[in-house]
Amino acid sequence: MSEAQPILSVRNVSKAFGAVQALNRVSFDVHPGEVVALAGDNGAGKSTIIKAISGVLRHDEGEILLDGKSIDFATPHEARDSGIETIYQDLALADNLSIGENIFLGREPKRRMLGVLPVLDRAAMADAAKRTMASLDFHVTRLDAPVAAFSGGQRQAIAIGRAIFWNARLVIMDEPTAALGVPEQRRVLALIKSLRAQGKGIIFISHNLRDIFEVADEIVVFRHGENSGNRKPSETTPDEIVKLMVGS
Amino acid sequence: MTIATASPSAPLPHPIILWIAQLRAWVFLTLLVLFFEAWARIAEGSSFLFNVYNIQSILVFATAPLLLALGQTFVIISSGIDLSVGFVMGLSSVIAAHASNYFAAQWGLPPFAAMAAAILSGTAVSVIPGLVNGLLIARLQIPPFIGTLGMYGVARGAAYLFAGGMTVAIDNEWFSAIGNGRIFGVPVLVIIAAVACLVLHYMLSQTRFGQHTYALGASKPAANRAGIDIKTLILKIYLLSAVMAGVAGAMYTGRFTAGAAQAGEPLLLDSIAAVVIGGASLFGGSGTIWGTIAGALVIAVIQYGLVYINVEPFWQFIAVGAVIIVSVLVDQTQRRLMGGQEVE
Repeated sequence: MSEAQPILSVRNVSKAFGAVQALNRVSFDVHPGEVVALAGDNGAGKSTIIKAISGVLRHDEGEILLDGKSIDFATPHEARDSGIETIYQDLALADNLSIGENIFLGREPKRRMLGVLPVLDRAAMADAAKRTMASLDFHVTRLDAPVAAFSGGQRQAIAIGRAIFWNARLVIMDEPTAALGVPEQRRVLALIKSLRAQGKGIIFISHNLRDIFEVADEIVVFRHGENSGNRKPSETTPDEIVKLMVGS
Repeated sequence: MTIATASPSAPLPHPIILWIAQLRAWVFLTLLVLFFEAWARIAEGSSFLFNVYNIQSILVFATAPLLLALGQTFVIISSGIDLSVGFVMGLSSVIAAHASNYFAAQWGLPPFAAMAAAILSGTAVSVIPGLVNGLLIARLQIPPFIGTLGMYGVARGAAYLFAGGMTVAIDNEWFSAIGNGRIFGVPVLVIIAAVACLVLHYMLSQTRFGQHTYALGASKPAANRAGIDIKTLILKIYLLSAVMAGVAGAMYTGRFTAGAAQAGEPLLLDSIAAVVIGGASLFGGSGTIWGTIAGALVIAVIQYGLVYINVEPFWQFIAVGAVIIVSVLVDQTQRRLMGGQEVE
């Protein structure tokens, strides 16, 4: 364990689907300002562990601690309310709404027109969108534009912006660079670094070892539902990670 | 390396151009009116537009399809469809007519009170098909097309049964005045439709209900992630559509001093056409009340205008059909040009 208390601590978590042991005593920590990459082949258990953390699934054994307190979320909404935001590949953005409207979807601010009629406060939404996106080095000029008008990497930034506006402290990103072209991948990696600089904890799932070595502070390798090794990028090589992933 | 770049990937046109693009149904309406105006001046030496009778006729003609289309706008934005509105309107019309007669004869209510009770009854009855549609679609996951097609049949049968297979005549001067009277020269029906437009425009553009309807139509996962109660939202949307059909039915009874099960039969497709001509996408996520108003007026102007210039009435169907197809083509082209992504 390192100096600061971890935001998230996964301790010996197991999960079985019938006879299939999807997770077997998996452990790792995520500290503030730390990027933890989950590496592993398909079916190795990466998705199962993030589902357990984000309230989609319940684990059978072991403990997940958020700020030192044991958690067991029944729904993703509970997890999000506690500051754990999961960003899936589909991003769950409403393409026809603006950035601000997406950030506030479900919690829209209101104002009173002429002191009587309650109306949506679009100016407040646009303003919050502008400030939040600027904190991610993404300076939006057209706040009225629907999200559909933005590129894949920018939409990724919007989904992250929505998370940090609502004070997410742990951001889980599932293959955030998978569907993007190379320049856009660079932007998303820059985005992850900017989140780290803000002191967020980040769990980053990727198949791409180059991306992992570029941004991760800790690499957690999965193999057949087990934690086959935790390494620091500075103390390992891509070859070793691949060996841990496939067994050698 | 930063995200640096500022604006959307595809350059967005100026806001004013976007605004005009959204109002293209109004542009089309203007061109249409100018065409009939030019025709009237050249062929008849009279004016089409500056003729109070023409204007009133077109507006009154447009009210019933417009009332249905207003509710349908919400349904289509949510990426649904409500096929039952025509016969829900008929059911409401029949019930309103019966109620008008019943309350006058059995309770001895004066005409004004009997009219109010009749309008309330017709509208209240429409709540039932609205709730059933909403529950079928939201709770039982029945596709909107099928659920409301079923309700189309049920409401149709119920309306004819209540009417005993005939029209139900009423005798109530107040009710008739709602359908045919004028206030300062403006038909009462037009005033009612205008109020409905304002209220529904407010609901769609300025309330969470409207905002969530757009979000649901664009992406169900997004709406779900935002913690929106999707089941209740869907229920409210179909309820709203049915209630608008209920109001339209009661208005029909006033206008023709009779309730008729088939009151809304030809109006279902007009209501969908008005929404689509107004710029909504049947894939959901887009559409406005202003667009729908223009769409309803386009249909009314074509239908009335072709009669006005003595074209055989059957051409109306062809003209309205062509306009629907053209407006969908324009919509798709516009989406491509405006940098929006294709529906995936």
